[in-house]
Amino acid sequence: MTGTVPAELRMINDIARQFRHLPPGEAAEAIASHVRRFWDPRMRARLQALADQAAPLDPLAAEAARLVG
Amino acid sequence: MTLLKEPDHGTPRRPGPATVTVEVDGLPVTVPEGTSVLRAAGEAGIGIPKLCATDSLEAFGSCRLCLVEIDGRRGTPASCTTPVTEGMRVATETPRLQRLRRGVMELYISDHPLDCLTCSANGDCELQDMSGAVGLRQVRYGYEGANHLDAPTDTSNPYFDFDASKCIACSRCVRACDEVQGTFALTIEGRGFESKVSPGAGGSFMESECVSCGSCVQACPTATLQEKSVVQLGMPNRTVITTCAYCGVGCSFKAELRGNELVRMVPHKDGGANEGHSCVKGRFAFGYASHPDRKLKPMVRDTIDDEWREVEWDEAIGTVASRMLDIQQRHGAASIGAISSSRCTNEEVFVVQKMVRAAFGNNNIDTCARVCHSPTGYGLKQTFGESAGTQDFKSVAQADVIVVIGANPTDGHPVFASRMKRRLREGAQLIVVDPRRIDLVRSPHIEAAYHLPVRPGTNVAVVNAMSHVAVTEGLVDRDFVAERCEDFDTWATFIAQPEHSPEAVEEITGVPAADLRAAARLYATAGNGAIYYGLGVTEHSQGSTMVMGMANLAMACGNIGRDGVGVNPLRGQNNVQGSCDMGSFPHELPGYRHVSDEAVRGLFEGLWGRTIEKEPGLRIPNMFDAAIDGSFRGLFVHGEDIAQSDPNTQHVFAALRSMELVVVQDLFLNETAKFAHVFLPGASFLEKDGTFTNAERRINRVRSVMPPRSGKHEWEIICDIATAMGYPMSYTHPSEIMDEIASVTPTFTGVSFELLDKLGSVQWPCNENAPAGTPVMHIGEFVRGKGKFVRTEYVPTEERTTRRFPLVLTTGRILSQYNVGAQTRRTGNVAWHPEDVLEVHPHDAEDRGISDGDLVTLASRVGETTLHVRVADRMPVGVVYTTFHHPVTGANVVTTENSDWATNCPEYKVTAVQVSLAQPLVRHATEETYAISGQA
Repeated sequence: MTGTVPAELRMINDIARQFRHLPPGEAAEAIASHVRRFWDPRMRARLQALADQAAPLDPLAAEAARLVG
Repeated sequence: MTLLKEPDHGTPRRPGPATVTVEVDGLPVTVPEGTSVLRAAGEAGIGIPKLCATDSLEAFGSCRLCLVEIDGRRGTPASCTTPVTEGMRVATETPRLQRLRRGVMELYISDHPLDCLTCSANGDCELQDMSGAVGLRQVRYGYEGANHLDAPTDTSNPYFDFDASKCIACSRCVRACDEVQGTFALTIEGRGFESKVSPGAGGSFMESECVSCGSCVQACPTATLQEKSVVQLGMPNRTVITTCAYCGVGCSFKAELRGNELVRMVPHKDGGANEGHSCVKGRFAFGYASHPDRKLKPMVRDTIDDEWREVEWDEAIGTVASRMLDIQQRHGAASIGAISSSRCTNEEVFVVQKMVRAAFGNNNIDTCARVCHSPTGYGLKQTFGESAGTQDFKSVAQADVIVVIGANPTDGHPVFASRMKRRLREGAQLIVVDPRRIDLVRSPHIEAAYHLPVRPGTNVAVVNAMSHVAVTEGLVDRDFVAERCEDFDTWATFIAQPEHSPEAVEEITGVPAADLRAAARLYATAGNGAIYYGLGVTEHSQGSTMVMGMANLAMACGNIGRDGVGVNPLRGQNNVQGSCDMGSFPHELPGYRHVSDEAVRGLFEGLWGRTIEKEPGLRIPNMFDAAIDGSFRGLFVHGEDIAQSDPNTQHVFAALRSMELVVVQDLFLNETAKFAHVFLPGASFLEKDGTFTNAERRINRVRSVMPPRSGKHEWEIICDIATAMGYPMSYTHPSEIMDEIASVTPTFTGVSFELLDKLGSVQWPCNENAPAGTPVMHIGEFVRGKGKFVRTEYVPTEERTTRRFPLVLTTGRILSQYNVGAQTRRTGNVAWHPEDVLEVHPHDAEDRGISDGDLVTLASRVGETTLHVRVADRMPVGVVYTTFHHPVTGANVVTTENSDWATNCPEYKVTAVQVSLAQPLVRHATEETYAISGQA
């Protein structure tokens, strides 16, 4: 059985949880920076698509997705 | 080289600057203070006859053969137990000594079989040698009296025999088990003439606590303890020094051959990692290399439902190249990639990532370190500036307090565990942080000061609480922090918050607050506090955070940058460190330099003549996801069995089935090969030529004991594929690959095969600043300048127990088996572990009506399998444990897609499961595994 949550959604929300202690703007930039540094472009594209589809992104993750885009 | 016999000076070397000068048989010799007369004579080139003495063991003084005369002293003291003193004058050969020695030897031989010509140790027997050395010509006592000549032979161990009739009761085996291995499995039973070596309580070796490390066999001066392979094949006649291909300790071995047949592997005394010690895997479990299951011819097939067809190398390589290029033409450059192996040499993994970057034209290269120690790379880079452990193994001998977190060294890294146990017996204190009561917690002559039975998934809360204690109780090394670190104040404010106190996290972690406080105080005030950790740290959703948390704690207590301290990953496979060093991650070029760095890309582009992609590629789990979504269609798998080792098996299977082309290079048709279209036969470590880098950054030579049985070295095959894809790659020798690595990697600039052959091994960084390498890192200054304190919030895993899945499964490995078992399952090691079992606490078993040995179903939200139960009170209530060595069990059928937030390292250590009696029998999809000849 494959996980029903899209991988990028699960992963970005996991990352976002690690940065909740930061002020929102700083957290979003840290998340975006991590994604730029470690994610393949197609994963970033899927993240954008998830954000566009109003997938259940953590608010910090949603802001990070905007910054990555 | 001919058979290498290392000198044996009889007693251990004594370290220390103070020296003593003595005269032995008129020859002056200067040795360190505390050296024995026996050793001093040996260093002067004078061999004193001996039997019970060997330089891996402390002096015992029982055989009475090493007697000497010393000016001004009465009698004939044993030279092994007599330390040198300044000006001492020693005589080793006098008529009196010669007479005494002959008398001693005569007594030994009067109770020893005189079958030298047919004895398996003929030519390698110290008793035989000493008889000659003392000039024994007759035995006056006859064999009519009481003797041991009919004593039985114990053949129970798969690898060695114990022929009691040849035992001279020198106690070397017993002492080796005690002093070197630290297991204390052997004893001398009885007294006087009745004295005999006894494993445990008098049963056989297999029934005893013996862990088959081989130290007793190595120590035995006769044929009493002898390898079965020597009995069967005869004495070897040549030696090749090479490196073990099992765990990350990286032991050096003498491969001893008779012609081209490997007879035995003997640990090398000069090996920097092991210094003459070994474990059951490295010492004995090499038979897989000649197992009939080995595939030696390339094979291809159009679909995974077709039969394999053996082909020549040209056709196999041509097929790989043409099909990879075809996929790229239809789906783009990023539609293919590769996974490299931490079991392969540095040179092999370097050329694999080069093939991906230069011939494939992308960064879709990842390594199996992804699923074990990728958080180590991330965490230590963030805090210390270098993705590697800080110490050499020897450093543990200077530790005052040793913290073992999420590691089980006696099973996973047994040779290092023996070093550690030696230090613990000397008085160092031990803290174990582990859900299970691992053997180190209480074993002969060792007892942990504190065992913190952390609930799986709450490591970060524990390490934060330890730091909280250090900060709030004034135990921080203020001078170290002020001089060497940055961001301390911010971190200290965070960590001092009451929610990080041991009392606040006790309910989360399950660790009694008082114990945690006491353990933290012990570490913080240790003098030298050393942290060693394993996959119980990294394979979590917060694996990287935990690594940084340990680094924070070590820096706060000033435990970095000298002998006896540090933060040290115990790497799982032989070349995890090396494969990471070699640029096998999709975001990093060799030397841990990010692909977005234009200057670094320019360096490689200039050398390789190709443009390097500036965006990171896919990591292994991302490759699986991309395969299912159709954007990733061609995969080269080099020496890995992702279908068995990676989590969430059904997801991995689905991904592999989605691929247009899967190429597997391996020794055997492994589980992944079921999904492959091309199979390329690999070379065992005995056939490889190159280097491995162990967990202490030690680069060791791997030398060809025999030519590759497939006819090609693996690096040649990679080069052939790249060339066939239009990017010419060729080397005439692996040393040229290392030269290329050195030319582009700042921490390797001094490394060459020539240097390694000269020094034996070297620990990187090895460059103009450290031409002989760097045993301990971050002395004086961190690699990144200042050590960085990082805020480490505890964030619970998303994997939660529920009413349906109320238990937590954690997985690991055991002493006799290794990872997916492809190697060890094809050796005599199956005698100890024929199947994976599920360890369950008695209360959890009773709640479910389960008894020891029952077959149970293990189910998680992603899958289920069956296996037998072992009821074990070393497990905590609510936690179950199994290994993943056998494909028929398929432990990863139940592990999930959860992973470390930073690196995607799978969360193998936390899976919510239920266990119930198996009715009816459930088997997972890999049951139809390839039969292993003779074991199916």
